[in-house]
Amino acid sequence: MNLSYSGRARELLESAGAKDYDLLRVTAGRRIYEGILMPRPEILDDLHVVLKMSNGYNVGIDVEKISSVEVLGRARPPERPSPPRVSPREGLPSVPIVVTGGTIASRVDYSTGAVKPTETPEELIDLIPEIAELANVSYVPLMAKLSEDIRPEEWGRIAKKVAEEFNSGASGVVVAHGTDTMHYTASALAFMLEGLTGPVVLVGSQRSIDRPSTDAVLNVTAAVRVAAEGPMAESVIVMHGSTSDDFAWVIRGVRARKMHTSRRDAFMSVNEAPLARVTEKSIEILNPRFRRRPSEPTEVVARVEIEPRVALVHSWPGIERDLLEAVVSSGYRGIVMAGTGLGHVPNRIVDEIGEIVDSGIPVVVTSQCLFGRVDLKVYATGRRMLQAGVIPAADTLPEVATVKLMVALGRGMEGEDLRRFMTTSQVGELTETISPSAYPPCFSGGARGG
Amino acid sequence: MADLDYRELGLRVGIEIHQRLATREKLFCHCPPLMRHDEPHLWVRRRLRVSYSELGSIDPAARFETLRARVFEYGAYSDSTCEVELDEAPPLPLNLEALEVSIEVALMLNMDVVDEVHVMRKIVVDGSNTTGFQRTALVALGGEKSAIETSEGEVRLSTLCLEEESAYIVETTPQGARYRLDRLGIPLIELATGADIRSPDQAKEAALKLGRILRATGRVQRGIGSIRQDLNVSIEGGARQEIKGVQELDLISEVVRREALRQVNLLRIRDEMRSRGLSPSSFESAETLDVTEHLSGSKSKLVRRSLSRGSKALLLKLPGMGGLLGREVQPNRRFGTELSDYAKVFGGVAGILHSDELPGYGITEQELSYLYREAGLDRSDAFVLVLASGEKAKLALDAVRRRVMQAALGVPEETRRALPDGNTAFMRPLPGSARMYPETDVLPVVTGPLVRKILARGLPEMPDRVISRLVTHYGLTEDLANMLLDDGRIAQFERVASEISGLSPRFIASTLTSTLRGLAGEGVAVHRIPDSALETTLRLVAEGRLAKEAIPNVFRKLAENPELDPSDLAASLTMSEEELDEIIRRVLYEEREVVQRVGMRAFGRLMGRVMSVVRGRVDGSVVSRKLRAAMEEMMGGQK
Ligand SMILES: [Zn+2]
Repeated sequence: MNLSYSGRARELLESAGAKDYDLLRVTAGRRIYEGILMPRPEILDDLHVVLKMSNGYNVGIDVEKISSVEVLGRARPPERPSPPRVSPREGLPSVPIVVTGGTIASRVDYSTGAVKPTETPEELIDLIPEIAELANVSYVPLMAKLSEDIRPEEWGRIAKKVAEEFNSGASGVVVAHGTDTMHYTASALAFMLEGLTGPVVLVGSQRSIDRPSTDAVLNVTAAVRVAAEGPMAESVIVMHGSTSDDFAWVIRGVRARKMHTSRRDAFMSVNEAPLARVTEKSIEILNPRFRRRPSEPTEVVARVEIEPRVALVHSWPGIERDLLEAVVSSGYRGIVMAGTGLGHVPNRIVDEIGEIVDSGIPVVVTSQCLFGRVDLKVYATGRRMLQAGVIPAADTLPEVATVKLMVALGRGMEGEDLRRFMTTSQVGELTETISPSAYPPCFSGGARGG
Repeated sequence: MADLDYRELGLRVGIEIHQRLATREKLFCHCPPLMRHDEPHLWVRRRLRVSYSELGSIDPAARFETLRARVFEYGAYSDSTCEVELDEAPPLPLNLEALEVSIEVALMLNMDVVDEVHVMRKIVVDGSNTTGFQRTALVALGGEKSAIETSEGEVRLSTLCLEEESAYIVETTPQGARYRLDRLGIPLIELATGADIRSPDQAKEAALKLGRILRATGRVQRGIGSIRQDLNVSIEGGARQEIKGVQELDLISEVVRREALRQVNLLRIRDEMRSRGLSPSSFESAETLDVTEHLSGSKSKLVRRSLSRGSKALLLKLPGMGGLLGREVQPNRRFGTELSDYAKVFGGVAGILHSDELPGYGITEQELSYLYREAGLDRSDAFVLVLASGEKAKLALDAVRRRVMQAALGVPEETRRALPDGNTAFMRPLPGSARMYPETDVLPVVTGPLVRKILARGLPEMPDRVISRLVTHYGLTEDLANMLLDDGRIAQFERVASEISGLSPRFIASTLTSTLRGLAGEGVAVHRIPDSALETTLRLVAEGRLAKEAIPNVFRKLAENPELDPSDLAASLTMSEEELDEIIRRVLYEEREVVQRVGMRAFGRLMGRVMSVVRGRVDGSVVSRKLRAAMEEMMGGQK
């Protein structure tokens, strides 16, 4: 154990030989406190010592008032009653859960209040026993990262692991992932994995799994169900469909976007209906236009080449040439513009864009509207952008176009090859027609909850 | 019920007072802390989940709720609840106004305010919080000097916590519950005493004193449910019971009395079981028998109706228990009722039948003998019968069996619910203590600056000071002053008394207390009347635009429709001078012979007749003046 305190509090605790989670007796003024020393997050001051008392409450004690600190006992390893062993059942599909991090893979230790990662499938089954009824679940810890810290280079590691699991007989693969950048990873897996024989299901939680109200129970159950018996052989995201705990959407990875900072039903399918909804009992297909599981088993290949140096640039009324110059001089090898409206940028930077394209750096245009298609032929500005050589990406989402361009450049594409790659659908990220029922979003009823 | 000797019994009682605060916003969001009476705008369905093995050893209460896999529905209001109550957004920082009131109360009680307040999550999986935990923070600890005086000695304070109020329960079923979110997140002070209380009356006295101290801050909510008492009760050799939700002060002593009695009687049952040679292991493998067939031709309508709906009849054998299930543990509650509570809660069944209450419920002596014989039991034994679907019946009988095993040991620790007559019923096992972890979404708050601010401003007056000030300054009786304090209306009274001239303080005080209490006693929803409407009504009286007698009627209408403007009501409820003159003329004419015969001695009779028509619409003193003048005129005219 270490001591997480700094400054004055640290000096005081160190002189008493105290470490995090030790049982202490602290005398402060006329009071004597006994309790477990709780770690102190860095963002808080160094003037208080926090004890968890026997009644369960934490209290912070002002170091100024403390006259003595005594260690009564050393930290004990967290009580962790081992969950029952789960043995594989014959006839059930095999579904590995590849863990990349995020709140789905943690549990709380009530004796100290610490939240720890889960380490075995039994621990997950202990909380969500439903999944053991659907599949023989195994646990593949790959990394323990917050999703905002996952780099493009790491998508390849995930893709390789997923391919390996399919090639050793998985019916589908669940990828537990933090929600912030889940749609980027889902897109990367969509482009990287070829010959998929079943669904790659990204799943996460907006309420961490240590909370009784966690959305992980429904999300993970639905994800395992889709991996085990879903008909699609694509990279998809399975998350809450409404604020109620009643169903989850199956959203094509390259169509998914996180549209709310904190709600359970944050993920929406943009420009097309979700592929399916998953209830407690079944998978209901809503949009049958997806790649199906092949009838013959094939080898799944992960093509993981990637060029991480692609910039996603949002246009706004104050954007000037110098921003683009800075992007180019920083060594970015491709740019995706999230333009306004139909995909526009201010006229005053179009010349600069032309020069960038001429220097061999592709500029792909998407719209920050998200819904609808880019169209640069309608207004003069758009036509000037086309003349400057930009690549319009139709209804591809800005984030998805970014991942796609990283993949294209990673595979060494350039010129017309790259233009063709970017303007045609590879895995359903771009469509010729958008159904009128794809907007307004929320797919009425469901997503609004109730 | 004869009082027991509580000192002899070693009665120990602690009180936990839960008081809602009247802050501008809720504890962790900007929503108003208002209770609503209308239908929610949308309903959301949720489940709660805690891992089995983790709670198996740590928290039997949480485990038990989880095992039931219930569905909870939450009603939200689009204009007064937000994503925070719905558990769709992280909580905002702790409401400092609420923390300030808590610290004020702590300082009034000489408690030690903690230097840095940490918000915790306390696991509660009965659905009353959308998160599955209640956010709670320890604000102050009791020290040597933190105690209140009662006529039977000191009662020490142990802790003061600031917590969020739970959601309002609309209905509950074994499958789930419905809650409204208007109440969730209202700031609540939880003030707990040590187990220093030694008698039922002392419990009530302590609760009254603490309630008055809370109200003396002038910053607490009033009305139904705004203050609740939980009681911890035990006797020597018994066990601690947490009794929830005693809303009326008057019930406190009765609940304590009856709980002490229950424990005494449960210990007697234990002794009797021991003398019969029974121990927990006697019931370890108590047999259950399916008697559906045996009862298929029963004379009992209850039995026939259940069986025709496909229920099974299961019988649990309780060897050696004959006569004990019929033993009374509280007035009109038998040991069998305790068993029934377990069957209802754990099995979701409607109830049980036990051998000590049979023959009965249409089951004949003949059927009873048949059941005893078939079960291989004799009359020194007992049995419990459940009519329900196979699965429910099994769960119910297993819970009954476990409860009987506990009876051989004594009194089990339980969380119980207060019933209106002062009895208590089983709710759930007593929760373990280690079910808290830090609320990482809310930063801790250093209290020093708030404490200094409060001390610089000065603490609110203690209740006895408030009362003596009201008596000397406004000439109120002590009773009236206490009523103002108990009803949480001191600040309002002082405001009205200083702002509205022409009304006596006594009249204002009694309108705000006795009049409202009287109406509440009639069942009028006076808690719905906004303060501003009460004040406007008094102002109208002061301005002579409303008769004093009309006040109760105005309040009745406002309780029905709180949106109404008292000024409009005054117009419709007040009689014009012309109308009054007309009525007086008519009565005088009808009674002219009496007036001629006895003169002014007929005044009382005539006054009564006029008032019977105009009561509530004209001030009696106006009627009296006008009638007297009219009579004098009539008699003068005769001269
Ligand atoms: Zn709110």
